[in-house]
Amino acid sequence: MLDPLVMFAGLADVAPQAAHLATNVEPAGLLPARQQMALSLGWHIVLACFGVAFPAMIFAMHLIGIRRDDADALLLARKWAKVSAVLFAVGAVSGTVLSFEMGLLWPGLMGTYGDVLGLPFAFEGLAFFVEAIFLGIYLYGWDRMPPKRHLLMVVPMAVTGVVGTFCVIAVNAWMNAPVGFDLVDGEVTNVEPWAVLLNPDAFWQFLHMWVAAYMVAGFTIASVYAVGMLRGRRDRAHRLGFTLAFAVASLSAVVQPLIGHLLGSRLAETQPAKLAAFELATETESPSPLRLGGIMIDGEVRWSIDIPYLGSLIARNSFTNPVEGLSSFPVQDRPPVNITHLAFQSMVGIGTLLMVAAVAFWVARWRGRDLLEGRWFLRFAAVSGVLAVVAMEAGWIATEVGRQPWIVYGFMRTPEAAGENSGLWWLLGSTAVVYTLMTAGAVVVLRSMARRWRSGEIDLPSPYGPQAQRPHSSGASTPQEAQR
Amino acid sequence: MSLAVVVAAALFAGVVAYALFGGADFGSGFYDLTAGGTTRGAELRTLVDHSIGPVWEANHVWLIYILVTWWTAFPDTFAAAMSTLILPMLLALLGIVLRGASFAFRKYAATLTQARLFGTIFAISSVITPFFLGAVAGGVASGRVPATGRGDLWTSWLNPTSVFGGIIAVGTCAFLAGTFLCADARRSGQHKLAEQVRRRTLAVGAVTGIVVFAALIPLKQDAPTLADGLENQAAPLIAISALAGIATLVLVSIRRFAVARVTALIAVAAVVTGWGVGQYPWLLVDHVTITDAAGAPATLEALLVAVGLAAVIVLPALGYLYKLTQSESWSH
Repeated sequence: MLDPLVMFAGLADVAPQAAHLATNVEPAGLLPARQQMALSLGWHIVLACFGVAFPAMIFAMHLIGIRRDDADALLLARKWAKVSAVLFAVGAVSGTVLSFEMGLLWPGLMGTYGDVLGLPFAFEGLAFFVEAIFLGIYLYGWDRMPPKRHLLMVVPMAVTGVVGTFCVIAVNAWMNAPVGFDLVDGEVTNVEPWAVLLNPDAFWQFLHMWVAAYMVAGFTIASVYAVGMLRGRRDRAHRLGFTLAFAVASLSAVVQPLIGHLLGSRLAETQPAKLAAFELATETESPSPLRLGGIMIDGEVRWSIDIPYLGSLIARNSFTNPVEGLSSFPVQDRPPVNITHLAFQSMVGIGTLLMVAAVAFWVARWRGRDLLEGRWFLRFAAVSGVLAVVAMEAGWIATEVGRQPWIVYGFMRTPEAAGENSGLWWLLGSTAVVYTLMTAGAVVVLRSMARRWRSGEIDLPSPYGPQAQRPHSSGASTPQEAQR
Repeated sequence: MSLAVVVAAALFAGVVAYALFGGADFGSGFYDLTAGGTTRGAELRTLVDHSIGPVWEANHVWLIYILVTWWTAFPDTFAAAMSTLILPMLLALLGIVLRGASFAFRKYAATLTQARLFGTIFAISSVITPFFLGAVAGGVASGRVPATGRGDLWTSWLNPTSVFGGIIAVGTCAFLAGTFLCADARRSGQHKLAEQVRRRTLAVGAVTGIVVFAALIPLKQDAPTLADGLENQAAPLIAISALAGIATLVLVSIRRFAVARVTALIAVAAVVTGWGVGQYPWLLVDHVTITDAAGAPATLEALLVAVGLAAVIVLPALGYLYKLTQSESWSH
């Protein structure tokens, strides 16, 4: 459930770009709103990935269990379902935070464009509704429904994960390449909500995020089992849990570079300034080099490794077409370059590394060698979840910061969307505290669940549940045997 | 009826659904909070877990539905309300976050100490969150949210109408939850527990009923537009609410819990609808009407398609979930 509501791009850029806007006075609510959005969105998006991808993985595991009458797989599916109950609850509430923030942080955006960008959110809400309903049925349906029907209850969750992702990403894609309205004398008219929902950029951006969600969830779950194996827990359940999660992650990691490339090749047309920042292209050069690493200081690129031709080849599918340089854009229309460039290349670098590792694992396995026997691969697998999360966050930073100074590309600058509320700094501080505590709570609870599972408990009754009640209830009937 | 009014009705249907079903989930926090010490309260807390566990997330989505429909159909008023009522909105949001997270954490907590900590957070946030949402309603209904600019940060929600709105919200949530918990306890064969909840439900119901009618007096001064609507076009609803509320108290006291749930839902639905009808045709009372607040017509039409799809897809699924949770095999 994780309401991916909020992958919505919230302008997660962390870079104050005072220099660019020195001429306009920034509204007091701008900087805290940006930080707040970056924090709450960056936090929620991880849970959203689980909301999108975990149901399908639970379904696969549960299906294996039923089809092959495999007790290990059934037990794993049952445990994953309980973990998802915790993650989805936290995801549901952190998604709600984002719905409120749309209005609290960006009154200018919502007041002006609320009826333009709203429809995809309505469908996203619908998808979230269905997901939440079937989550309840599935979680509480264990041992209470016929097994096959129970398994079917996961299907709507996996489907709504796709729908929800598409809808939320449609809004973000619209912010990048707005369509479906006209601006006449400063008034928004001729609103076409369906054109916004089905905007041409939505599809590729959706695929990119959808696959990223499977990478994040897959690698993270595989990491958990890799750590277990490193600690000597090499039972069949660990191998099974690892293999399924890693297979999902591998498949995603292999197709992701292709999807990313196809998405990126639209940029030269739709958001050339973002492309220039991604590529750290200061001047328009033909052919453009691929610039690895490096930062821009006082307009000069330092410490980069330039590979000739490759920039044109990758970004423009051509040996000659140039990447338009930053110098082609007025200063006030340029995004913060360094953070965009470094975030973009971190995403690409980590994504490539994960893809290579995934391919290496399956090739080795095909040739009869099991990399899980050695510790080095397990060590890598143990950090692959963190790497996938970092890559995904870097991708969002790249696309969001790269869109600046615009919140609606070409139509509304981010400062115009913010309010005059300097009190938002208090909100940011409180949010940081609450989210830290919530993270700690989730970690404590999830770890304690794992600990109890290792010691052989299965059902994890609550500490005040029927067992705890029995000694004190002196003869009163305590009929809730099945409390799970 | 204009397109905008139809969409507003669909939006308000979400408000009613959230007040009833989301409300009943919040209200269970009251019984959890007052269940007594760890040992004495264990049975009741387990009942609360069991009762709201499968449904709270689905019921919570009504809030998302409300927010999304609001900002899509009536974007300027959404921005205006969020900007003036930022404090109660944020406090409600904090409560929502703490309630959901700590409820899930408590269920899987390893030790009694942890369960007690998460449980306390869950119960307290459940009880107070409806207050802030009721205060938001009071701010809108008493004409304290201007269409442009920003109203007073404090008096927009710390005023007689908001305070009564908040108290009524807390009371109706607890009242609804009480009737549901009584029925759930009975169905799972815990008669002693049902008795324990029954007494509290009666007390909560009586107090809430008195507050609802007492509120009509200060409302005349503080929210004249709303009070006028309540005395005229919404008067039948207020009467229905009174009758259904009294019926519920009678039914609970003679232990007809299953039927009492229905009359309790009617009582609360009628009072919430009474507010909506009472402030019609205003969206932000005294400042902007529903028709004037509406966004692009094409968006309103598209939104109705989404609402129609929701009616076809979500409602049957939701019905299936409720049916399962109320069935015999799920009660044990």
